[in-house]
Order: sequence, then C-alpha cells, then structure tokens
Amino acid sequence: MAENTAYDRVKAARANNRPTGKDYINALVDNFIELHGDRRFADDPAIVGGVGWLGGIAVTVIAIEKGRGARDRITRNFGAPNPEGYRKALRLMKQAEKFRRPVVCFVDTSGAYCGIEAEERGQGQAIAENLMEMMTLKTPIISVLVGEGGSGGALALAVADEVWMLENSIYSVISPEGCASILWKDSAKAADAAQSLKLTAQDALEMGIIERVLPEKELGREGFYSVLRAELCAKLEELEILPAPELTEIRYRRFRALGAQQLAGE
Amino acid sequence: MPFIDFFNFQPKNELEKGGRQSAPIAQDDNEPAKTCPNCHRQIPLSQLWGNDHCCTNCDYHFRMNSRQRVSFLTDSGSFSEMYAGLCADDFLSFPGYPKKLETTRNASRETEAVICGTARIDGRECCLFVMEPYFMMGSMGVAVGEKITRIFEYAVENRLPVVGCTVSGGARMQEGMLSLMQMAKVSGAVKRHSDAGLLYITLITDPTTGGVTASFAMAGDIILAEPGATIGFAGARVIEQTTRKKLPQGFQTSEFLLSHGFVDAIVPRAQQRKTIGSLLKLHSGGAENG
Repeated sequence: MAENTAYDRVKAARANNRPTGKDYINALVDNFIELHGDRRFADDPAIVGGVGWLGGIAVTVIAIEKGRGARDRITRNFGAPNPEGYRKALRLMKQAEKFRRPVVCFVDTSGAYCGIEAEERGQGQAIAENLMEMMTLKTPIISVLVGEGGSGGALALAVADEVWMLENSIYSVISPEGCASILWKDSAKAADAAQSLKLTAQDALEMGIIERVLPEKELGREGFYSVLRAELCAKLEELEILPAPELTEIRYRRFRALGAQQLAGE
Repeated sequence: MPFIDFFNFQPKNELEKGGRQSAPIAQDDNEPAKTCPNCHRQIPLSQLWGNDHCCTNCDYHFRMNSRQRVSFLTDSGSFSEMYAGLCADDFLSFPGYPKKLETTRNASRETEAVICGTARIDGRECCLFVMEPYFMMGSMGVAVGEKITRIFEYAVENRLPVVGCTVSGGARMQEGMLSLMQMAKVSGAVKRHSDAGLLYITLITDPTTGGVTASFAMAGDIILAEPGATIGFAGARVIEQTTRKKLPQGFQTSEFLLSHGFVDAIVPRAQQRKTIGSLLKLHSGGAENG
C-alpha cells in the first residue's frame, strides 16, 4: 500500500465516520455521569465532561465533541469550543485535582471558535488560563488527539503528562487551508501546505511533542477500545504513584524541552 | 482616573472615517514627515519623536520598534540585554522561510522577534521582554518562546517582576507544531513566576492576536493596553468569514476589551512609564517578603 500523504491524514482526521469524543467516552468509561456548565456563563455542548470509571480507576474525562448528524453537529458547533467550554473543562480539572482523580482528555477540533461572542467572552484569556493551570494541576493528565488538533483550541486541553495521537490524527499551528492561503494566496494548495507543516502523528513523535502513536487498524471496534483502555489505565497507574511536586516538575520539563534542539546562535 | 482618561482617544474605526478637524500643525516644508494613519495629517518626524511616537493632532499611537520602546519605557542606560543571539533556523525546511527570515532580519536589524533583559523603570528593577513588530510582526517561534521562558526563569531565580510588551500575529506557522508548543512552554514559566509570588505586568500593543493573546499576553497579574490597539484571538477577517456577520464598531480594540473586562486599564504612552513604575513600587513589598 502506498504511503499516506500528510493531506490524506488530514482528510482521514476530518472524516465524518470517524469516532467522535462521545464515542470514546461511551466505549471506554463505565457509569459516565456528564457534568455541565462553567458556572460563569453557559454550558458549551462542544465540550463534554464528566466522571466515571476507566477500568478500575475513577477518572474525570473531557472530550471535544464534533457531533453526529446535521442537527447534533450544529448544536455542538462542529466541535469548535467557545470560552465557556474551556472554562468548564478547567472547572472539571480543578475538581479532579481536589478529589485526586486523574484526567483524561480526548481532543478533536478544527480550532477554538472564531466568533464575535467568543471574542467578547475572552477566547484568548480562557485558553491562556487553561495552559497555565494545567501545567501545575496536581493530578495526572493524559490527552489523546483522536482527530483534528487545531492550534491553541486543541492545546488548551493537551497540556498533559503524556500526549498521544491516533495514527491519522493531526496537530497543527494553522489549518493547511489557512496556511496555503497565506503562503500562496490559494487555499487549494492545502495538500502542499499540509506536507510543509509537518502535522502528522509521526512528525509529532519525532519532534518529541507526543509520547505515542496509536494504530488505527481496528478504529472504532471493541478491540481498539480495549487496547486503548488498557494502555490508559497502565499509564495512569504509573503516573498516580508520583508525588504531585514530582509530577508537575516532570510535566514542566516535558514542555520546557520543546524547541530546545532547534535553537541556534546561543 | 489617570488610567482611563486617554485624551479623548477614540477607537480607530471611528476615526478612520475621515479624521477630525483641528488647527493645522506648524511645519517646515523641508522636514521629513509621516502621515498619521488615523487623522491623515502630516506629522513632522521631530514632533512625532518628541511626542513618544504619538500623533500630535489625534494622539494616534504609531507603531514603535522594540528598541524605541525600551528606550522610552526604561530609565536611561538601565537596559541590559540577555539571550541576544538566540534564534532558530529553518528546521522544517519550510517553503520560503529562509528568504523570509533574511528579509525580516535586514528590515528590523534584529535576530528574533523579541528582546529580553533587565532594566529599571522609574527607578524600579525588573525583567523586561519587548516583542518586535518589524520582525515578522512579532511572530512567535521556538526562539521567541525560549527567550521569554528564560527571562521568566531568571526572574524567579532573582525574585524580580516581569514587564512584557506584546505585539504579535501569533504562533509562527513556518515552525509548525513546535511554535504552538511555545504557548504551553511560556505559560508554564509564567505560572511558576506567579506561584513564586512575583508580579507580571503585560502591556498589550497593536496588534496582539492569536497564540500570544491566548497565552502570555492574557496571563498578566495586571494587563495594560495602549489606546486603540487591536487585541484578539481570531483575526477579524477570519471571524467575518466564519460567522458571515458584520463586526461591531470598535470590535477587538483595547477599549472593547476594557469594556468586556479583559484588560485592567488603557494607558497612553505619555503615562506608561509612570504607571508601570508606580505598579512596580506598589508590589515591591511582596517580592521582598516572599
């Protein structure tokens, strides 16, 4: 089989039939209870959060949900969160910290919503606060990019002890279309841009941005979920042993190192 | 209320409709001048420079390069630059990036889009970072992330406050995912500085958008903004395309953010040094006690 191009992976990451955030919660988490709202303004349907059991571990789980079917997709704003979504996620993470539960995030978004109201309510501030607070959250966090990892809107749920990516998920500073229109004034050159941006899971692994690439051979089937559940549980058990100061120190160093190898002119 | 009384400054959109009527500016015809983008007056350079790069007619705040900003904000001769040579190469072999770097380095005479160091502001010692609008519009790549992270770490070690002046189009696309990661990296350093009980003041200048807004620009204990600056997460054009709605007047200006509760105060240039100096003085007890 021919090697997939970067843009093939972009298309796969966006495919309609791909499992969405809620599919992961339903398949992996037993007795999930959804917890709504940011206690400030509203509940953002683009982010689903709550508590439940992952194997034998009580967890807080947060997932970006793109929606299934036209009506649901509109309700979920196609998985583009508003500031209240990020604030809900942070509220649930703080709650997890209080009750010493680990956090698992499933990330799948083209990006934080670019809307008038999103700006009025401080989209930038909401993301900034998550980045800071997640860095020192005193409980383990694992983030799994399951589809699109669109820029700051994805990173706001991916400041974690470990970040994993599905084989065909992507992680990018800008959409390939956006990049192509800036570079070549032509969004049709998105495939070239995708190649240049180095946005695949394999690229991320090589740059030290993620720890694991998860194969998609059985994507969406029971075998896939049971392997993922087992891997998440094993890693959470490893992380849970660490005292909080050590855990957050390792997390800080993880991000601190990113880009160091690319520096010049010391 | 010295902070909010910004000389009757009006949002850009209002002014761009045609400028205001007022007395002509005395001008020697032989002297080079710059046209105010706001009121369209010709402002002789000597008057512009003597007025902190603000229009002498409408107080429009002209863009300032990072060195000009340092010299106007800090006590004379107090700035000591750090990490000056730090930069990054075209490690992704990104189309056109080497050429872009060369052009922007020549135009700005800077090696990267931020300068960092220690300085005194109104007699108060602090760490300072100032982003450079003439270097790819303050674009944040791995070197920018590293330099700002280092200055925060230095500030923690030496128990100093940090003053940061932001101007940026966001994360640097030519450095891919790693530039995105700088948002997290810098945020981690800001958080540690904050947890150490130290003060971080941001001065947001025109324009500050994207990944910089969504990380360290919005992370200050005290967030100040220049009058009329564009501040936002998404670009105005992207929002228009996404929502197919007309943007309200004055959208994403400093004044808009102030009224929505996302900046503490709008401070015109003439008052910035004094205001920041006063804030540093007000918080100096905290650093000594901590």
